[in-house]
Amino acid sequence: MAYPRQPRFSRRQVVRGLMATTAFGVVTKFGTACSPGTDAGSAPGDSSAGGGEDLMVGFIYVGPKDDFGYNQAHAEGAAAMAANVAGIKIVEEASVPETTAVAETMRSMIEIDGAKVLFPTSFGYFDPYILELATEFPDVQFFHAGGLYQEGVHPDNVGSYFGYIDEAQYVAGVVAGATSKSGKLGFVAAKPIPQVLRNINAFTLGAKSVNPDITTQVIFTGEWAEPVKEAEATNSMADQGIDVVTCHVDSPKVVMETAEKRGIFSSGYHANQAPLAPEGYLTGAEWDWSSIYTRLGEEFLAGKTLMAGDIPHILRGGLADNFCKLSDYGPAVSEEAKAAADAAKDQLIKGELIIYPGGLKDNNGNVVVPEGEGYKQDNIELEKMDYLIEGVQGSIEG
Amino acid sequence: MAIAQAPNPSPVSWLQRWRQPLEAVALPVAALLSALILFGIFCAFSGANPFAVYGSIYKAAFGNWSAWQNTLIRASPLMLTALCTALPARLGLVIIGNEGALVMGGLAAVVAGLQLGTGLPAPLTQILMAIAALCGGGLWIMLAGALRHYRGVNETISSLLLNYIAIALMNHLVEGPMRDAEFVTKPSSAELDPGLWIGNLPGSRIHFGLIYGLIACLIAYVLIQRTTFGFAARTAGGNIRAARIAGLPVGKLTLAVCFLGGSCAGLAGMVEIAAVQKRLNASLVSNYGYAGILVAFVSRHNPLATVLVAILLGGILASGGILQRSHNLPDATVLVFQGIVFLCVLFSDSLYGRLPWFQEKAVS
Repeated sequence: MAYPRQPRFSRRQVVRGLMATTAFGVVTKFGTACSPGTDAGSAPGDSSAGGGEDLMVGFIYVGPKDDFGYNQAHAEGAAAMAANVAGIKIVEEASVPETTAVAETMRSMIEIDGAKVLFPTSFGYFDPYILELATEFPDVQFFHAGGLYQEGVHPDNVGSYFGYIDEAQYVAGVVAGATSKSGKLGFVAAKPIPQVLRNINAFTLGAKSVNPDITTQVIFTGEWAEPVKEAEATNSMADQGIDVVTCHVDSPKVVMETAEKRGIFSSGYHANQAPLAPEGYLTGAEWDWSSIYTRLGEEFLAGKTLMAGDIPHILRGGLADNFCKLSDYGPAVSEEAKAAADAAKDQLIKGELIIYPGGLKDNNGNVVVPEGEGYKQDNIELEKMDYLIEGVQGSIEG
Repeated sequence: MAIAQAPNPSPVSWLQRWRQPLEAVALPVAALLSALILFGIFCAFSGANPFAVYGSIYKAAFGNWSAWQNTLIRASPLMLTALCTALPARLGLVIIGNEGALVMGGLAAVVAGLQLGTGLPAPLTQILMAIAALCGGGLWIMLAGALRHYRGVNETISSLLLNYIAIALMNHLVEGPMRDAEFVTKPSSAELDPGLWIGNLPGSRIHFGLIYGLIACLIAYVLIQRTTFGFAARTAGGNIRAARIAGLPVGKLTLAVCFLGGSCAGLAGMVEIAAVQKRLNASLVSNYGYAGILVAFVSRHNPLATVLVAILLGGILASGGILQRSHNLPDATVLVFQGIVFLCVLFSDSLYGRLPWFQEKAVS
């Protein structure tokens, strides 16, 4: 009974499927023919609307805005920009993956919300998405967190900003070195890329400045967000007698909470994690996007743009320029540690302290910084860092 | 057809004849409607006006040509990855290794593309890349099928675990042997030659992957519904012992269908690389595979329905941004919506043949 009916039913479905596909094709064609018209129609409308009203600024994050980490730091900065600069309105979108999704989000912010400035904050948004959109929308400014802008190669309306947060990590290292009783520090890191290695090395150098024998055990989890491995790494560090841990992962939440649970000290990263570890939180290297975003917001309203060259394409800075800051000291930090850290901070702000001194050796005994005065923060060699310094236990080979 | 219509033109027989198709349309539509109502309640609790939210979702997903493009861009990889679950499902296998097959396909395509470089004419190289991707993804899922057939290993678990192996392998390669040291954004392979990129459909920003997806779904439909091979596969899926007794080569069928399913996901990987990423890196793993599982189940493993469901899901994903920007809903809202739709459709699945309206009337 069922069998003879089967082919008839299927044939009908084939016909229907073919019709649907044809209809779909017609719609696509019809739409294609229409698209230049709609584009042309919407563009002037946007620009005229943007004239007398607030400047619309778009922020895009790769994860949730309340991740206690990288994205939260940017979201707090965005909120500060909107609050401090009258005449700026922000639109935000969180959890946008580094795929065509971010291109669509940027486009939608420009076309629907009328955004004139975009801050796509994740590292991986840059190439190809920001570059493609920037070419397509030459009068929209794109600011990217990362040091990737190349003069002459990339479009004029793209800029990059990034902070020397290893300065803050150095100071956090001083606090950690002065607080640690076992002389063993732990660093949970995501991937062995230059930015991460800089933080590990600066943290260790800061700690060694108060206790030359101190060691830092580093564990790479391999991913930016790998909560289970981060917790395992922190636990195994606590088991080994390590008594201060810090990290460079997207969200330090798990590391901080695990450390607090195990009764060891922690040093934060990206944003302030003191609420997660009220007892053991020492301090932390935080981004200070609030000040940078506020400054940029004021420049936008003053009519400055990347295209005109009023805003530099590469914005860099450390503690002195308010690109980064330190969390308030936690209850476990001694007065001596505070004094040592404040002194280091002052020297860094005045530019008197060079984090990477001449003759620095890696943990295989090779000299990685030539004898002499050492590498200053803006030295291009530091952006290619591929070593762990003496005193760090671990290997970038995984 | 003519013979069936002629003798009995009364309304009752009309209902009888269309009973099944009607049920097949009415149930998913009802499921979608109830999902919308549930989601509206959720929105109301989050402090947003549900009707305004519906309006925004529609506008952001299907409101104009730009929104349609956004939707179709997101839908095109889902059509291909969904087939990786949908095809083996006709054989009674639950394969969820879509993500892994996609990664292996992308990996194979990049290796082929980088090795061949510009030595051969670009279209030929692209075809070879596509073949590499088809084989990469296909063999990967065939592995799960073989484990199932020869060793009795549960294919759901093994294909899931193969995902992690594929992703780990890719991460290893892009961080080690294949790494392009010049590219600092993230560990990646070298860039494919621009001649090997897949372009956009004329006059749009949708890449040709959409056409690949549509063609693959159509071929899969014809293959499963209209060929002896498809009939044999469906028979084996219906009752494996009966199929064996009927003399069907169940083992070969399992391997072949798994290969076909995996190769579709592999092709999605190649498209994603050649049209979007241009180089191999961890961004290839962005849940297209897992979303494909959802599409396959919602479309009840029918390759043509897959196209529609993929567009629907693409639309939902496309509206995620507007939910955050215009209604101040949290970024996870779109996942909540997706989850509610999935659950409602799966529940409606259990209602087939149970609702009195659609039940066959006892013929005297």
